[in-house]
Amino acid sequence: MELERIFDDLRALVEDPSFPAVRRWLEANPQGKVVGHFQVFFPEEVAHAAGLLPVKIAGAGGTVQVRQADARIAAFVCSIVRSSLELALSGRLDFLSLMVVPNICDAARNGCGVWVRSFPQMRVETLYHPHNASSAHAVDYLVGEYRRIGRVIEELSGRPITEDALRASIALFNENRRLLREVYRIKRESPWLLSAVESYLLVRSAGLMPREEHNVLLRRVLELLPQRPAKKQDRIRVVFEGGFCEQPPLDMLAVIQNACYIVDDDLMIGLRWITEDVPLDGDPWRNLADSYLNRSSYSPVQRDPRKPKAEMLLRRIREAGAEAAIVAAAKMCEPGLEEQVHYSRALDGAGIPHLVMEFEETMTVFEQVGMEVETFAESLLFQFA
Amino acid sequence: MSTSAQEILGVSRREGRRLMELWWQRMTEAAQTGHPTAYVFVMAPLSELLLTFDFVINAPEITSLQTAIRGQSQAYIQLAEDYGFSPDICGYVKADVGVQLKEGEHPYGRVPRPALVVTNNVCNTYLKWAEFWEHYYGCPVFTFDLPGWRGRESLREGTEAFRETFENDCRYVLGQLRELIEVCERITGKSFDIDRFREHLREANRMAELYHAVCDTNRHIPAPFNAPLEGVTYQGIANLYRGTPEGTRYFELALEEMRERVRLGMAAVPDERFRLVLVGTACYSHFRRFVELFSSWGGVFVHSTYMVFAGGGFVPGFGYDLGRPLESFAEQMVRATYWGWTGAMFYQQEWLDRVVRDWKVDGICFHGVKSCRTTSTGLPDVREWMRVQRNVPGLFIQSDLVDPRLWSDAQIKNRVDAFFEALAAHKAAVGR
Repeated sequence: MELERIFDDLRALVEDPSFPAVRRWLEANPQGKVVGHFQVFFPEEVAHAAGLLPVKIAGAGGTVQVRQADARIAAFVCSIVRSSLELALSGRLDFLSLMVVPNICDAARNGCGVWVRSFPQMRVETLYHPHNASSAHAVDYLVGEYRRIGRVIEELSGRPITEDALRASIALFNENRRLLREVYRIKRESPWLLSAVESYLLVRSAGLMPREEHNVLLRRVLELLPQRPAKKQDRIRVVFEGGFCEQPPLDMLAVIQNACYIVDDDLMIGLRWITEDVPLDGDPWRNLADSYLNRSSYSPVQRDPRKPKAEMLLRRIREAGAEAAIVAAAKMCEPGLEEQVHYSRALDGAGIPHLVMEFEETMTVFEQVGMEVETFAESLLFQFA
Repeated sequence: MSTSAQEILGVSRREGRRLMELWWQRMTEAAQTGHPTAYVFVMAPLSELLLTFDFVINAPEITSLQTAIRGQSQAYIQLAEDYGFSPDICGYVKADVGVQLKEGEHPYGRVPRPALVVTNNVCNTYLKWAEFWEHYYGCPVFTFDLPGWRGRESLREGTEAFRETFENDCRYVLGQLRELIEVCERITGKSFDIDRFREHLREANRMAELYHAVCDTNRHIPAPFNAPLEGVTYQGIANLYRGTPEGTRYFELALEEMRERVRLGMAAVPDERFRLVLVGTACYSHFRRFVELFSSWGGVFVHSTYMVFAGGGFVPGFGYDLGRPLESFAEQMVRATYWGWTGAMFYQQEWLDRVVRDWKVDGICFHGVKSCRTTSTGLPDVREWMRVQRNVPGLFIQSDLVDPRLWSDAQIKNRVDAFFEALAAHKAAVGR
């Protein structure tokens, strides 16, 4: 019962566009300041080390009707860019002192200009992560870029980010990443213990509350999960790919998990981008930059010739022991839709069955998705039987 | 060299056509002989460096645009969609994919296979486009990272924050430049010749001055050229012949012609009534029609953002220091990325403000390109900002770069006509 209550609470948190955990933190820290960061990756430790609360801004799902943002952003742009702006225009992000938009795609980067014009009282910054990841100069550059963002944050907080403070924050976030890796281990090894929706809630909530609280929550969930009275069922094991930025509706994941075990995915990959502990010895700025490039996952919005994305997907499928893949892309998402072509051809080449689909965070009808996934899953069950 | 008045009128069009045909001849020969060809993009073309290694330059945005000018883009786009690309993906990408799937067959000649791709992040779609060639040909791809516009405060020149950001970016770009030189040496078997490179920089400096001077002739009333029409040739030459004596000579002639047109009072649009700026690109599958919808009302485009962000990155103050070629090249790349390539797209109101004032602009046409988030995402917002903050009327229309299926003639004409009716009333009200 405790687990169910935790997941109910997390769903309420994720689906509440008023950011209740952030507001609770501000009540407890009246002088506190909040840094919003758009998808995909932001080095949250830098904000945390200055005493600020980093908050992931990843769209509103279907919880907010987009009105004002539609007047400012062209209609052929993905929903997450529009609904994130709507959250701000409607006053729901009035707690932000700084908004950082990484250069993930042209819609987001162009959208940053809209934020700058719309909120003259708010500091808005684009953060440029390197795409020439194999350059010998990429880490040095990124150290400089992180320090630049650090200086902006220091101005806001009025206190310097010391190396010791940054190391302490890295340690805290290392623990969070370690716990999330444990969640994904359970998902891979015994997916009947943890549904796709539940694991998603555990990840997504990391960006919506202080990490100290999230670590406590994850530890408790990881204690309770093995005791769950759940039985393995005869379902195909799939990897879900395409959730690196705009998020599929929870009910869409629920429809998929009714027919399959999602044993790995790239949902909210930015909160799990770094795949190992960031070293605590030495220069913490360099360690963060180096980890972004060299201890990290992959996504369609990062170019890294050392990690060809189609090969990385095949590896994810292999390591998760999956039989098939669902290759999704958000509507109007240029990088996602382009990557879909390469993923699909690579999966064909490797003989791995896959289902290609598009989604939008605001979708409310899932019969079609359900039918497609069920048909896909059934055809595979017969094939593998 | 001076040319008689009779000869000079029309020279930019004639020479533009000749140089374009020459470029296609070189491309087609390269396709036949296997001469190394480098694929580059019009934002951050790096031509000065690549020409030093004798690469033939292919700019696929230009070849894609030309499929639409020839009325053949749809067939190429459909090939790409059959291959798996979504209808919502950049039309330039799909037109090029179609050309590649047809082994380079193009209405103007044959596109050679890439010996090297130099992609960059000025448009993030460039990265994905390059990955198609990488998958399809297995060719080397060098990703040239160019950190761009960051926000209102961080790139305020003269501040410590600007200095630190600029220096960090320049170090990164210079480091990558040296890595790219090694790649070029490996592919071509030629050593980097810094004196040749310096000569290309010298030509680019001269071309930049001339490019600005040509744009400046349109401050005159009536305007001597229509920015989307003549401008697209200027952009093509500025990219394909950047850093070459042929390119410099072209702009000398173009400037001479425009000045002659100004002297004679020749207008690009007879009975010029409205001076406009085009934000974004035109729709090239309906190019003549696009321009005609405006010129039929006496509307002339005196400038366009496309001439800025796809015009070689010749931002104000552009100029290579020939005494320190590599360092200066890196610095100019960074400045062009800040102000020419990314700033002019994502934070364009400051540029618009200046052009509205100096080119005596009455109104702005914002053309949203359905398949291009880079140029189009924030256009409705900029339009509103210019209306509210500067009292400059704006029109927002939507179609595409090259996909004729997205052109809706009646709908667009209705909007354009209504805009001009309102613009006439606005002009009368503000006393112009």
